[in-house]
Amino acid sequence: MAKNTLYNKVWNLHKVAELETGQDQIFIGLHYMHEVTSPQAFAMLREKKGKVRFPNRNFATMDHIVPTHDQARPYKDPQAELMAQTIKANTAEFGISFFDIESQKQGVVHIVGPELGITLPGMTIACGDSHTSTHGAFGSLAFGIGTTEVLHVLETQTLALSPLKVRKVVWNGKLPKGVYAKDVILKTIQVLGVNGGIGYAYEFAGDVFATMSMEERMTVCNMSIEGGARIGYINPDQTTFDYIKGREYAPKGAEFDRAIAYWKSIASDSNAEYDDIVTFDATTLEPMITWGITPALGIEITKSLPQINELPEHDRKTAQQAYDYMKFTPGNPIIGQGVDVVFIGSCTNGRIEDFRIAAKILKGKKVNPKIKCLVVPGSQAVKKQVEAEGLDRIFIESGAEWRYAGCSMCLAMNPDQLIGDQISASTSNRNFMGRQGSTTGRTLLVSPATAAAIAIEGKITDPRNYL
Amino acid sequence: MNLETKIIQIQGTAAPLPGDDIDTDQIMPARYLKEITFDKMGEYLFNDLRFDEAGKSKNYIIDHPTYKNISIFLVGNNFGCGSSREHAPQGIKRYGIKAIIGLSFAEIFAGNCKSLGIPLLTVTPDVLAQLSKIVTDQPTSLLTIDLKNKTVTVANQTFSVDLSEARRKSFLEGTWDAVALLKHNSDKVDALVSRLPYLNAYAG
Repeated sequence: MAKNTLYNKVWNLHKVAELETGQDQIFIGLHYMHEVTSPQAFAMLREKKGKVRFPNRNFATMDHIVPTHDQARPYKDPQAELMAQTIKANTAEFGISFFDIESQKQGVVHIVGPELGITLPGMTIACGDSHTSTHGAFGSLAFGIGTTEVLHVLETQTLALSPLKVRKVVWNGKLPKGVYAKDVILKTIQVLGVNGGIGYAYEFAGDVFATMSMEERMTVCNMSIEGGARIGYINPDQTTFDYIKGREYAPKGAEFDRAIAYWKSIASDSNAEYDDIVTFDATTLEPMITWGITPALGIEITKSLPQINELPEHDRKTAQQAYDYMKFTPGNPIIGQGVDVVFIGSCTNGRIEDFRIAAKILKGKKVNPKIKCLVVPGSQAVKKQVEAEGLDRIFIESGAEWRYAGCSMCLAMNPDQLIGDQISASTSNRNFMGRQGSTTGRTLLVSPATAAAIAIEGKITDPRNYL
Repeated sequence: MNLETKIIQIQGTAAPLPGDDIDTDQIMPARYLKEITFDKMGEYLFNDLRFDEAGKSKNYIIDHPTYKNISIFLVGNNFGCGSSREHAPQGIKRYGIKAIIGLSFAEIFAGNCKSLGIPLLTVTPDVLAQLSKIVTDQPTSLLTIDLKNKTVTVANQTFSVDLSEARRKSFLEGTWDAVALLKHNSDKVDALVSRLPYLNAYAG
C-alpha cells in the first residue's frame, strides 16, 4: 500500500466522499477542454437544462482539427468548421474561458495550460484526452477522461474514481549526449510494457528527473499513458517554482510565496512507501526509436530489429502483427531505413526547447529533397518565441515547412496526414496502425534531435552524428 | 440520455477478436471523431479492420455470418489501449455489444465502458481459450454472464470472471452512471472548495 506519496496526499485532499459503490468522489481542481471530446457533453448538459458548477475552473482551446497550413475560415473541412463553431458557442453559452485563435493563446491543450501558468502543483486535473498525464510534470494528478465524465465534471466538478497503486520509476545517473527525455520514456515503456502501468500512477524520480527542465518533464509524463499508467507525475521542486513564477495565471507576490509552501507540502515524503519501485540507469541509454505498432515496441537506434522469440511473451502476438504491417524484417538494422515524412511537434515535443534542439541540428543543412518535413509549434506563444529566436528561418531555409499551431500529424483529424504506406519519423506519442491518417501509413516515434537528423539524411540515422 | 438500470445478468452470443493490444484507433478511427454526436458510431466500429479503402469487406470476424447479432466480445490483453475517446465504447455499445470478456483492459477505456453500462470481465488465459474454442466450434452458443456470482456459463460449463467490487456494485445497483451519486454530495463539495488552498489564495 502506497503511503505519504504525492499521489496519496493530493488524492486525499481532493476526496469529497466515499461513494456507496466503493469508488471515491474526487473534486477536479482544473478541467481542460478541446473541440473533439466536448460537444456531446455540452449537448447532454443542455438537454438536461443543466449548468456548469464552477465555470472558472474550466478552460478550453482548439487543437485537434485546426489546420496548420491554411487557417482561413470557414475551414475547408466542413466538419472541422462545425466543430470550431460548436466549441465557441458552447463555451460562450456556459461561461467557460476559450482560447481561440483570435486570443493569441490557442494551441495544443497540454502546451497551453502549463505555459499560461494555469497548471500548477497539488491539483487534480482532468481533460477529455489521454495525454492529460502531461500536467503531472508539475506535481499534480492529471488524467484523461471520456465524454460522459466530461459531463460529470461540468455538472459537479467531481468524478467517481477508483484509487490507484503507485509505482516509483527511478532513473539515476546522467543522460549521455544526444539522449533526451523522449528516449527516457520510450525506454521505460519498452521495459515495463504497453500495459505495465494499468492500475498504477507512476512517480518519476531520481537524478535524471531532478535535473530535467519542466518541458522535458512534460515530455516524459505525456507518455505515461502509453505505458498504461493513466497518471504520471514528478514531485515539484525549485525548477517547477521557477518555471511557474510570473506566468499569466500563476499566483503573484505574497500569494506565490504561500503557494510554494503548499506545493512543497504535497511532494512525496522521504519516507514515502510505494507499491512497486523500478530503477533504471541513464548512463547506458541510447537514442530510441519505435519500430512497431505500439509505443512499447521500441529499440535503441543502433540495434537490429528483434526476433519475435527474443521478445517478452506478452509482446509476441502484437510484434508479429507489427512486422506484417510495418513491412520490416526481424534481424535487420533500423539505421538506414528510408522515410518519407518527418514530423516535429505534438503535445509530446512541441515546445521551445524541442525546436531549439531541432534547429541546432538543421542549422546550415538541408532537409533531404525526397522527404516532406513538417515543423509544427505547439501553441501560438511557442510559434512567437521560435520566431523571436530566428529558429523559423533555420527551418524554412533547410527546406522544412514551418506551420501554425495544432495537433497536426499526430493523429488524422486535420489535413496533415500520411498518404498510402508512407513511413514517418514523428516526435508524437502513438504509432498505432492507421494513426497518422492512411490505413497503411507507418509511424516511427523519436526525439526531436533524432527527427531532425533523419530529415537531413532521408533515412533513420543516429542523431549523435550531428551533435 | 443514460437510463439507470440494474445490470445483473447478460445473455448473448459471442465472437472472439484476435490479437492483443487492440487500440482505440482500430476500434474507432480518428476521422469519425469529427462528428459532434455519437449517433452513427455503431456504423463505424472497427471500420478499417473490416473494410478496405474501396469499402470492400476484409472479412473481419464480426462480419462472418455466423457472428451476426452477437452481444459479447472475447478479447486478449490490453483491449482498448490508447485514446480516451468515448467514441470507441459508444461504437461498441451502439453496435449491440453488452459486455466484453478478456485478459485485461486499458484503464480509461474501462472507465468509459462503466459510464455507458458495459461490464468488462477479466478471465484467465485458460478460461479465455476455452470460451474461444466453444464459440468458434459452435457460434450459436449462448453465454450467460452473472454479475452477482461473477460467472459466465456456456454449453453447460461455468467459469469464473472478475471485475472490481466497486464496478460490480455499480452495475448491480444501477448506479453505473455516477452523476446522481455525485450530485448528492453537493454540500460536501462546497465544504471542500472552501478549504482547498489553491481556491483560497493559498491562505494558511
